[in-house]
Amino acid sequence: MLKLRGGIAAIAFLCLSGGAYAADPLAVGRQMLADDNPGDLWAQRGERLFHEKRGPKQASLDQCDLGVGPGKVEGAFAQLPRYFSDTDKVQDLESRLLTCMVELQGLTREDIVKNRFGNLDRMSDMEALVSFIGSKSNGMKMNVRLSHQKEYDMYKAGEYIFFRRNGPLDFSCATCHTENGKRIRLQDLPNMTDPKQMQAVVATAWPAYRGTQSTVRTMQHRLSDCNWQMRLPDLGYASDMSVALTTYLNRSGNGGMIELPGVRR
Amino acid sequence: MAEPMKIRATLQGDVADVRILMMHPMETGQRKDAKGEIVPLHFIQSVVVTHNGKTVLDAQWSQAISRNPFLGLHVKGAKAGDKIAVTWTDNKNEKRTDEVAVTPGS
Repeated sequence: MLKLRGGIAAIAFLCLSGGAYAADPLAVGRQMLADDNPGDLWAQRGERLFHEKRGPKQASLDQCDLGVGPGKVEGAFAQLPRYFSDTDKVQDLESRLLTCMVELQGLTREDIVKNRFGNLDRMSDMEALVSFIGSKSNGMKMNVRLSHQKEYDMYKAGEYIFFRRNGPLDFSCATCHTENGKRIRLQDLPNMTDPKQMQAVVATAWPAYRGTQSTVRTMQHRLSDCNWQMRLPDLGYASDMSVALTTYLNRSGNGGMIELPGVRR
Repeated sequence: MAEPMKIRATLQGDVADVRILMMHPMETGQRKDAKGEIVPLHFIQSVVVTHNGKTVLDAQWSQAISRNPFLGLHVKGAKAGDKIAVTWTDNKNEKRTDEVAVTPGS
């Protein structure tokens, strides 16, 4: 009985603390899974893949510069996307890994892109690598700087795309993500103009383990799925549009305490 | 090759809280692949947990267990530094064993 009353009190507290937006009904399950997240297995596998000699050039990714020095992964996620002088581009984690895998390991871009998202029949190396690198920023705060002109341009482009309505349904990201308490069926949608909600979103996903898909999904997957939901043409993997949106969103989540890989429905 | 498990064993009084994550496809034999062909049964059949070599859990699993399963159990009479080993065997006779030492609780 005591337990039951505690439960009711907890529910009441959740409702109260929810305040401006509906209390996340999945928060309880996420809490239970926090230390037992299957996503950690992806991070484990990613770590092995990162150091393994692979591809035609039989090289590991130990020379891959993710913005904090060759082979360094600690804190790499927290400052991405950023400008890289060797490619003269702003790159997010996935497009940068793509560059490294092509340049260092000699893998072909087509093969990596074909296998960018895993399914029930085969696993994706990219999803594992992203989980590993994301987890190496745990406990740090998101800190995307816009110190280079191109970073600022990407941020501005991302902001523009976020609010730009287009496609057959005349949707923009802002249609769903600029109000408190919006939902798609039972899924609460974060208000992405609220820095507090943005910090929570960016720092705990993506990469995140999706229970419904039995695998870790990445930011690129989330964005291409959003694009599909808006009935827009397929979002190119690691395309400028995806990097622009990621720059805008990650920057808006600056200050969020990173805890990756996350857990999502 | 089977991926390593992630095992945590934390002491709470004289009980070790053991939490195990395994990576396994756990095919039910009912799913069809992209070509429309049935994916054959592939699931963990037995899980054995030992505490310092003594079996404390011997489970027989079926295909009803989810993909990438999670298993939690409490082991009585454990001490810090004790060895907890987990072995799973699936219906294709693939095996995986991992071992951890019990860590003192906070």
